[in-house]
Amino acid sequence: MNGPVMDLVGIWTVILGLGVFFYVLLDGFDLGVGMLYGLHREGEQRGIIMNSIAPIWDGNETWLILGGLALLAAFPLAFAIIIPALYFPVLLMLLALIFRGVAFEFRFKDKAHRGFWDHAFCYGSAVATFAQGTVLGAFIQGFEIDGRRFVGGSFDWLTPFSVMTGFALMAGYCLLGAGWLVLKTQGELQDWARRQGRGALILVMLAIAAVSLWTPYAEADIAARWFSWPNIALLAPVPIASLVLAVATWISFGSRQEAMPFVYSIGLFLTAYLGLAISLWPNIVPHRYSLWEAASSESTQAFLLVGTLFLLPIILLYSGWSYWVFRGKVKADTGYH
Amino acid sequence: MSLDPVILSRLQFVWVVAWHILLPAFTVGLASYITMLEGLHVWTGKPIYLRVSKFWIRIFAVSFGMGVVSGIVMPFQFGTNWSRFADATSNVVGPLFAYEGLTAFFLEAAFLGVLLFGRKLVPPWAHFVAAFMVGFGTLLSSFWIIAVNSWMQTPGGYTIGPDGRFFPADWTAIVFSASFPFRLAHTVSGFYVTTAFVVLAIGAYTIRARKFVEEGRLMLRMALGFLTVFAPLQIVLGDAQGLNTLEHQPAKLAAMEGLWDGGNGVPASLIGIPNQKEEKNDLEIAVPKLGSLYLTHSWDGAVKGLKDFPPDQRPPVIVVYFAFRIMVGIGLLMLAIVGVGWLMRWSGRLYNTAWFLKALQCALPLGFIAVLAGWTTTEVGRQPWTVYGLMRTADSVSPSLTGLDVVLSLALYMAIYLLVYPTGLGFMLRIVWAGPLDADPENDTEVEGGRPAQPVQALPHGEPS
Repeated sequence: MNGPVMDLVGIWTVILGLGVFFYVLLDGFDLGVGMLYGLHREGEQRGIIMNSIAPIWDGNETWLILGGLALLAAFPLAFAIIIPALYFPVLLMLLALIFRGVAFEFRFKDKAHRGFWDHAFCYGSAVATFAQGTVLGAFIQGFEIDGRRFVGGSFDWLTPFSVMTGFALMAGYCLLGAGWLVLKTQGELQDWARRQGRGALILVMLAIAAVSLWTPYAEADIAARWFSWPNIALLAPVPIASLVLAVATWISFGSRQEAMPFVYSIGLFLTAYLGLAISLWPNIVPHRYSLWEAASSESTQAFLLVGTLFLLPIILLYSGWSYWVFRGKVKADTGYH
Repeated sequence: MSLDPVILSRLQFVWVVAWHILLPAFTVGLASYITMLEGLHVWTGKPIYLRVSKFWIRIFAVSFGMGVVSGIVMPFQFGTNWSRFADATSNVVGPLFAYEGLTAFFLEAAFLGVLLFGRKLVPPWAHFVAAFMVGFGTLLSSFWIIAVNSWMQTPGGYTIGPDGRFFPADWTAIVFSASFPFRLAHTVSGFYVTTAFVVLAIGAYTIRARKFVEEGRLMLRMALGFLTVFAPLQIVLGDAQGLNTLEHQPAKLAAMEGLWDGGNGVPASLIGIPNQKEEKNDLEIAVPKLGSLYLTHSWDGAVKGLKDFPPDQRPPVIVVYFAFRIMVGIGLLMLAIVGVGWLMRWSGRLYNTAWFLKALQCALPLGFIAVLAGWTTTEVGRQPWTVYGLMRTADSVSPSLTGLDVVLSLALYMAIYLLVYPTGLGFMLRIVWAGPLDADPENDTEVEGGRPAQPVQALPHGEPS
């Protein structure tokens, strides 16, 4: 192929893929912490749960904007089809994120209505996660398209499958959140987080199994992708790694290890993410447009790439620094000061 | 049902962006002010700067959090409601949006955590750097978002493909489009003036409350000094942007002036009621030839009128006309307040003239009203286009949307913003009533970011979920 010297679309696929994965991990664990917050009853420890993410959630959520904007700039056709098709889940997610975001500040200031903002925080986290899960499910199932436009109905996204993926993501984020809490807390609260983590892990594995069976059953091309020879041999490491990581996660939640539950949970998410990417490749609008067809012009991708390659490492550096500043356990008697 | 998704989507955009713009209008200036206070504290070591800075950081925390969450909504609007606009223009404006995210949002978010919660975890200079980075981030954000807006107003550096989509031809011409430098200067200066009037008002309040007189005087002095330069400068910058509009968006300018008949030596309409049907202004007071004088700097200069454009290419005149007058009126009123302030200061009565301090308090919202009016002028003045002269608003909306969809989403946005915004405002007022607290860390019961030093002690035990 006599294409450009560099395959810009390929590079942007990697950047977008990494951006979305970072978002899922980072906001994933703090949305998960938000949901676990709702499950915990005791006042003092709830303060610690919230403080474990207070200084960083804002930066984590910024990856959502980056994901949305990278999709807009690098793959505008996908943005213009997918986002209007997901009008209501996106709306639901945004409203829930608003509620949850302001609850961080408001809950500390509004002592008279603390119960209300507590609910806003955990239900906001839960609804935002559920909405993101339905986005994922609807995305996998695909959209009704005419030319460059989505022409389906505003409730096409609502299917049993997308509802299932909605709940699945809730379990997944709870798993990440539990891993984070094990890392950031100690004593009784840590033990509690370990138990929650194991519970979430069971649900996550059920959900992964359901999606892995459902999608090849419903979509012939996905079945062919996985089960035809030699793919079945080449791709086998992904589900095998997934199972190994699941076992490792289970064991580490039960042991005294502090960082490994979080690390293994991230690994589990990575294999699930890779599994989806393999099923859908090379399409960004499933069943319709490939990454290359949906890409913006070469000049657009090049103009944005120059700055991104320079800025992304810097962003990772100072985001890492802000995590470093708040390293260590969140303690009950000191808070942040 | 005759619910029009275009009108409703416009209403929804107005709703989410109008609320959102109030926060950058305040936080862009406030971030710079906090940086200055932190810098002065590191530089001089005087605790008063720290006390005032901590006070404003507590307010900043609330407003910035609301700005972030209401800002996340914005990029998604282009997908949910304006997907045809997104499809047509992303090749050109997409990277500008993305650069806003890359340069500004991460910078703000990462350093905000350190600014709010990290004072005791990092050395003072690093805390100052964090404040500076947050402020710098807000300015970068303004740069890129106004670059996008300016391109929509005065597009340049593009080609149009066979299917009507825009493609980039010259990135410098895209980012620095014809109206960009003027719009950026006028907007950022307007944000600074808005913040300065808030600082002025709160300073006046704290003096009047007689609890934190020293801090109040410092705020008053700094804000008045700042406005001495920026209140007049803002009017000069506004005039420059007006002349730019005359050159590149003559129909908008004609609507701002309420000028129906163009020609040489046009009058200046002081006040009247534009009548779009009969193409004239009712009950008008106008000064002959003055319009040409200030628009072209010549008594007989030629200016185009609204009738020089077909009716389907004219903006809603009455909205643009009055929004413009509100903005200009407030600009002049602000200038007068600053002038009186200096008279008071020279005669040594600035800090103890009750009526004037009260007037300053009442002036608190002036900047916000002017920002909303100015934004209305330029955005409604852009109609009926999303990309001026090239792409119509009616052709930009998502094709799959029904009117009912948008009614539902708009109702939800309304309900939630009406809950969140007044609540946030209430918290900020409460911080103001509490006043600047002691800078001595031992007495630091309520620390920056509004979190209690020992959050767990403030929690009621055995609270219900």
